[in-house]
Amino acid sequence: MPETTVNNIDRLIILATQAGLPVTREPYHDIALRTGLDQDTVMERMKMMLERGVIRRIGVVPNHYRLGYRANGMSVWDVRDDRIDELGKKIGALEYVSHCYHRPRYLPEWPYNLFAMVHGRDRESTEQHVKQIAGLLGDAARGYDILYSTRILKKTGLRI
Amino acid sequence: MQNHKYKIDDTLPGSNDNHQEQQNYFEYCLLNNYQHTFPLTDKPFAHIADDLHADTEIVINKMKELQDRGLISRIGAVFRPNTINASMLAAMAVPEESIDEVADIVNSYVEVNHNYEREHYFNLWFVLHAVDEEHIHVALDSMESRTGLKTLRLPIIDDFHIDLGFELQWKQ
Repeated sequence: MPETTVNNIDRLIILATQAGLPVTREPYHDIALRTGLDQDTVMERMKMMLERGVIRRIGVVPNHYRLGYRANGMSVWDVRDDRIDELGKKIGALEYVSHCYHRPRYLPEWPYNLFAMVHGRDRESTEQHVKQIAGLLGDAARGYDILYSTRILKKTGLRI
Repeated sequence: MQNHKYKIDDTLPGSNDNHQEQQNYFEYCLLNNYQHTFPLTDKPFAHIADDLHADTEIVINKMKELQDRGLISRIGAVFRPNTINASMLAAMAVPEESIDEVADIVNSYVEVNHNYEREHYFNLWFVLHAVDEEHIHVALDSMESRTGLKTLRLPIIDDFHIDLGFELQWKQ
């Protein structure tokens, strides 16, 4: 497992960048000014966080919904506990899956322990993806459901 | 992920009446190609401009425009969840007629940063963030007593997402 602890310098950088980098000629320089650090430190610490997996990636984060991927389905699966690690990794690597987590069940009303967010332009393509996931899980999945979002009731930018 | 190459002269057939198409393709490259590889260098937008045979100012202005139009959420680091604080997914089964009222109560907590209505018996799904898990439970206890509804509390046990990227489709 990658090292996940962060020091105070990292914390400063995370707080200054979590809502995004400024779109300017020298964004890391601007972050340096904001945090009182120098640019080399900002870039070096970000590089180290990237290597350790604290930063997953640095990149453009498109708004899939605004780009036409309107049928975002949260697929939820009841997967045998002894298979979830092996199978969760397979599902998490699929291109159309943007998040994939093992979470606790709440029995009896909530039997699902694997969550995979699936992106599609319409429900038909999302359902095709879900069928493929069902095929990969095979009889290790005892049941599943797809929960489509119908309304965004609150969304703020900070996600750490 | 593929890196789509943008060149003014060879992306599309014809050349006179497809200025709009070229603009669209330029936007597509900005949206698609740098999801994982935004440069960690002094002048990252100049680097992208070189890559796309464009001018730095044009790249910066176009990126700003794409943000203003809501097509780009942000440009920057995507942090691993629960690195500097705790988060939790929670759900409620809300009677149809009280959904707006309950959503307003849930949204009033600063800990809540995403809240979606979903088609299911559990129809309200939201994510909470706080300095630690204890704070999140306190917020959820308070919501339960104000709404009279139970919450499903679904913290991450394991994160399987490998994040290979999400290739956007060119051509709508």
